Amino acid sequence: MKSVIRTFLGAAVLTQLAGGAGLAEELNLYTTREPKLVEPLLESFTKETGITVNTIFLKDGLPERLEQEAAASPADVLMTVDIGNLVDLVDRGLTQPVNSEALNAAIPENLRDKDGNWFALSLRARALYAAKDLDLASFHYEDLAKPEWKGKVCIRSGQHPYNVALTAAYITHHGADETKAWLEGVKANLARTAGGGDRDVARDIMGGICEIGIANTYYVGLMRSGAGGPEQEEWAKAIKLILPSFENGGTQVNVSGAAVAKNAPNKDQAVKLLEYLVSDAAQKIYAEANYEYPVKPGIPVSPLVGEFGELQVDATDLTAIARERKTASELAETVGFDN
Amino acid sequence: MNPRSGAGWQTSAILIAALVLLPVAALLCFALQGSVGLWPHLFRNVLTNALAQTAILLIGVGIIVAVIGTLTAWLVAGFDFPGRRFFGWALLLPLAVPTYIIAYAYLDLLHPVGPVQSVIRQILGHDSPRDFRLPDIRSMTGCILLLGFVLYPYVYLPVRALFTTQAANQLEASRTLGAGPLRVFWRIVLPLARPAIAVGMALALMETLNDIGAAEFLGVRTLTVSVYSTWINRTDLPGAAQIALVMLLIVISLVLIERRARRGQQYAASARRHLPLARVRLRGLAAWAATGFCAMPVMIGVAAPAAYLIRQGWRRIAFAGIPPRIWSEAAQTATLALVATLVAVALGLVISAAPRLYPTWLARAAARISTLGYAVPGTILAIGLLPVITFADRRISDVLGLFLAEAPQLILLGSGAALIYAYVARFLAIASGGIEAGMTRIPISLDHAARSMGRSPSGVFRHVHLPLSRASMAAAGLLIFVDCVKELPATLLLRPLNVETLATHLYGEAARGTYEDAAIAALLIIAIGILPVALLSRNIRS
Repeated sequence: MKSVIRTFLGAAVLTQLAGGAGLAEELNLYTTREPKLVEPLLESFTKETGITVNTIFLKDGLPERLEQEAAASPADVLMTVDIGNLVDLVDRGLTQPVNSEALNAAIPENLRDKDGNWFALSLRARALYAAKDLDLASFHYEDLAKPEWKGKVCIRSGQHPYNVALTAAYITHHGADETKAWLEGVKANLARTAGGGDRDVARDIMGGICEIGIANTYYVGLMRSGAGGPEQEEWAKAIKLILPSFENGGTQVNVSGAAVAKNAPNKDQAVKLLEYLVSDAAQKIYAEANYEYPVKPGIPVSPLVGEFGELQVDATDLTAIARERKTASELAETVGFDN
Repeated sequence: MNPRSGAGWQTSAILIAALVLLPVAALLCFALQGSVGLWPHLFRNVLTNALAQTAILLIGVGIIVAVIGTLTAWLVAGFDFPGRRFFGWALLLPLAVPTYIIAYAYLDLLHPVGPVQSVIRQILGHDSPRDFRLPDIRSMTGCILLLGFVLYPYVYLPVRALFTTQAANQLEASRTLGAGPLRVFWRIVLPLARPAIAVGMALALMETLNDIGAAEFLGVRTLTVSVYSTWINRTDLPGAAQIALVMLLIVISLVLIERRARRGQQYAASARRHLPLARVRLRGLAAWAATGFCAMPVMIGVAAPAAYLIRQGWRRIAFAGIPPRIWSEAAQTATLALVATLVAVALGLVISAAPRLYPTWLARAAARISTLGYAVPGTILAIGLLPVITFADRRISDVLGLFLAEAPQLILLGSGAALIYAYVARFLAIASGGIEAGMTRIPISLDHAARSMGRSPSGVFRHVHLPLSRASMAAAGLLIFVDCVKELPATLLLRPLNVETLATHLYGEAARGTYEDAAIAALLIIAIGILPVALLSRNIRS
C-alpha cells in the first residue's frame, strides 16, 4: 500500500518537475506504440544519454488529451503510427517544428514533414498473406476485387487506419469512383466479416477460413521469430507473404513516426531522443526487434523480412494519402465494408 | 418537524449529480461544435445497421441473463441439490471476467486451429480444417452467448438476495398453501423477482451497450463501435459525441419506460425480521438436472476461459518468467479500485438517502441523474472528463500560484485523481442502484418512528439507514471494485505518466499480439476480481 501511494505521489511530482525547470535530465513520452515495442529503444537511449524517459502508453485520445492539457502538458515527444495520425497532430497544432541536421540527414525527404513537424522512424508495408500451397507469386491490390477470390479473402475492419490508408492510396491511383467499386468487390469476396487484427488473417488462413488476406509485413516477422509464442510460429508457417503492388505503382507503405510536442518542457532532450531514434543503433532495433523497414538508408532489414523480397515503395506522397483519408473512410461506410 | 431540516441532503445530492453531469455537458459542448452535415451519410450507411445490430444484441443478451440469472438464483435459494453450496458463490465468478478477455479466450479456444476443433477433427478423422470446421464464434450469436454468460451474475445477485431475504415469507406462505413448484415459480417467484430482475438486467444491458472489446473482437458493429469508429477513424469527435448523446437518450428512455412499467407495483415490506427460506430437497434426476443447469454458466463463463488462460500463462512463465512489473501493476490496479470504490459507495449512500430524507423532486432528479455515467461508454465518458479535469487543474494551479513561485501543474491528472473521478462517475450507478434497492426494503415506518422520536434527518441516516444498508453497501462496493479492476478505456486515457494497471498492460500486449504475456495479466485481473466476489457471496448468505 505504502509503495503504491509513493508511486502516485511520485507520478504527481514527476509531472510537476516536468512542468518546471527539470532537475535531473528527463523527458516525457506520449506513445500510442505498445510499451514492449518502444522499451528496448528507450532503455538504450537512457543508457547512452543518461536522460530518463517517463512514458504513458495511450491508444485513442492522444490528441484530445494533449489539447486539453494545453500549455501545462508535460508531453515532450509524441510517438504514433500511421501517416494520418501524424498529420492530424500537426493539423491540430499539437507539434512544433524541429530543425536538426542529424534528423534531416538520416531521414529521406519524403518521409518527414518539410517544416520538421513530424519524422517517420520506420516503414511497414501492406502485404498479402496467402496460403502456403497457393500457386501465386505476385499480386496487385486491384486483384483483391476479382471474382476468382470470392469467399476466400480475410481482412480487418475497413475503418482501421491501416486499411483506410490503403484505400486512400487506392484513391490516389484510381479516383474515388473506381475505389468504391473495388471496395464493393473486396467486400463481396470476404470469407468472414471484416474485423479482428492482422495476425488473425494468418490464423484464419491456417484454419481454412480463407486463402488470402491483407496485413502488415512486420507481423510475419514477429510471428516467425517466436516472440508471440509457439502457436503463432505455426500460423506464420501456414502462410507465405507476397509484397503486392498497384498495377501502375509499387507497394503501399505506411510509417511509424514521432514529433516534438508544441509545449514540450524539455525540448532539447526531446530532439535528442528523436535523433537517437534515427541513429544506426536504434534503426537496427526497429529492423531486428520490430521487423519494420528502417527509414535510414543503408540499415539492413532483418533476415526474416529480407525473405519477402525487395520492397518497391509506391511513389505516392504520404501526405496525399493522408488527405484522402476521410473519403476513404466514408467509402468504407458507404459500401458497408464491415457489416 | 422542521420542513427545512435536511436541505443539506438535497444540496449534496445535487452536487454529486453535477459531478456526473459535467462530463456529459462537456460532450454536449463537443457535439455542438460539429455540424449535423454528417447525419444523412451516417444514417444511411451506418446507424440503421448499427441500431439493428445493437437491438438484436441487447435482446439476445437480455434473454440469456434473465433466464440464467433468475433460474439459477431460484434453484440455489429454494432447493437443495448436489453442489448447491458451491454454486452459491461459484455462480458469481464470471463477474470477474471482463468481456474483452472472454472474447479473446473463446476466439482462441474455438478457432478452427484451436484445441476444441482440433480434438473434434481428430475424433472424426479429418486432417485439415479445410475439410471440416464448426461455425465461426465471430458472429452475433457468438457475441450474445459470450456476453450473456459473463453478465448474468448482475441478475443472479439481486434476485438471489431477494429470494433469501424479502421474498421468503411469501414463498413460504404459497408453499404452505400447497402450490406446486412450477406454480410457485410462475405465480409468486417471477412477479416478486421482477424488480430485481429489472435492476440486474439494466446493469447487464448497459455493460453490453458499452462493450467495445468483445464486439470488436467478434465483428459485431454496435452503436458504440460506430461512435468509436467515427471518433478515431474519422477524427470527428463532434460527430462521435452526437451519436453518443443520441445513444444516451435511448438509454434514458429505456430506463424511464422500465420505471413507468414498475410504477404502482409497491410491495409492502414488513418491519418484521425475515425468516430464511426453507429449501426443498431435490432427488434423483431433478437434483442432477439442477446441478447441471448451475454448472453450465460457471463452466462457460469462468472455468473454461480461466483454465485456458492458466495454460497459456504457465507456458509463458516457463518460457520467459514472470513479467517483472506485474506485481506493482497489480498493486496499482487494486489501490485505484479500492479508493474509487470507497468514494463511490460513500457518494452512492448520500444519493440514495437524500430523496428519502428530503423528498423533493430535485433530490429525486439528482439521484436519477447521478446514474447517467454508467450509460455512457467508458471511452466517451473519459473524453468528456478531460476538459472538466484540466479546467479544475488550471484553477488549482492558479490558486497555488498565489502561494508558490513554481505552481505544480495538472495535479488531478498527474496524481491519478482524475482516474478515481472517472471510475466514480462511471460506476456510481451501481452504488446508488444497489443501496437504493436495499433502502426500499427498509420500511418507511422506521424513518417516521425515528423522526417522531426527535432524530434529525441526519440522525435517521446514521441510526437507521446506515446500519440497515450495510449489506447492500458491501454488495455494491464489491461489484464496483470488480468493475474498476476490469475497466480499460478510461484508465488508458486518464492515467498519469508511468502508471500501468493490469488492464492497460493486458491491452498493450494484446494490441501487439503477444497474447501469452497478456494471459498472465488477464489471470491476475480475474484473480483480483474473484476475491471480492467470494466475499460478496458470504455477504448475501449471512
